Amino acid sequence: MTAYTATVTVRLKSGVLDPEATTTQRALERLGFDLSSLRSADQFEIDLEAADAASAESRATEMAERLLANPTIHDYTVSVAER
Amino acid sequence: MTVAIVRFGGSNCDRDAARALDDLGIENEIVWHEDGLPADTTGVMLPGGFSYGDYLRAGAMAARAPIMAEVKALAEDGVPVLGICNGAQMGCEASMTPGAFTTNESARFQCEHVHVRVENADTRWTAAYEEGQVLELPIAHGEGRFEITDDRLAELQAENRVLFRYATPDGEITAEANPNGSTDNVAGILGETENVAVLMPHPERVALADIGPTDGRGILAGFARATVSP
Repeated sequence: MTAYTATVTVRLKSGVLDPEATTTQRALERLGFDLSSLRSADQFEIDLEAADAASAESRATEMAERLLANPTIHDYTVSVAER
Repeated sequence: MTVAIVRFGGSNCDRDAARALDDLGIENEIVWHEDGLPADTTGVMLPGGFSYGDYLRAGAMAARAPIMAEVKALAEDGVPVLGICNGAQMGCEASMTPGAFTTNESARFQCEHVHVRVENADTRWTAAYEEGQVLELPIAHGEGRFEITDDRLAELQAENRVLFRYATPDGEITAEANPNGSTDNVAGILGETENVAVLMPHPERVALADIGPTDGRGILAGFARATVSP
């Protein structure tokens, strides 16, 4: 078994309204920053032990499918690194 | 018959629901989620509140609690299941109803009275009303914006599964009458079968004649009605 950290990033699908991001952008603009747009995302770092990177990735992917992301509104990415 | 009102850590509308059902003469019991559903359960209410502190997404944790497998199994057997507010979020998170309830367009928690129009009066939950009737119901949510993919929305509409839409007091569907940016002003829907329904407004808060209007009473009375085909 090898120790890995799987990083799952969950973001809203493009086209789904993100009121928190809009509010954050407005606050940055009020502070005088110049920006075109802003998106936010949730990132989960999951430490786990697996036989290889592929099985670590598939376990993290299942976590995203079953809980971390809501497929109606979210897309997600999974990456795995040895720890 | 006993309607099980499922209490999670953070539920806070369970007692209001029990009082409203008591007043309607509908036998009910508040059930702690870890205890599972009583054997004589003939209806399930998923009440409002902030289960699990709304961690991750409102309703996400409760939707995956073990008791929800029991709720789903009963729903498949035709037992009536009603999700209100946080319970509606749970229903969608548990895939008992389509779509998702997410952050209000305002990005704020909103607690106010709104109007909804009855879109389909041929369900047990809406049989007390006429199609097109306008109800005044309270909302109290930060994550009530209904999001759904275009094809699933088309399916909901084609199958007449939208129960309530946010409307003006005169029953017009307008952007101004939509408190949270919900897709197509949707406030409440049916699952795949007529016995499962969710809505964001709180019918249990307008159900007791002693304290005011009773617009929500007819929705809760759905527990005591026989199946009406959608």
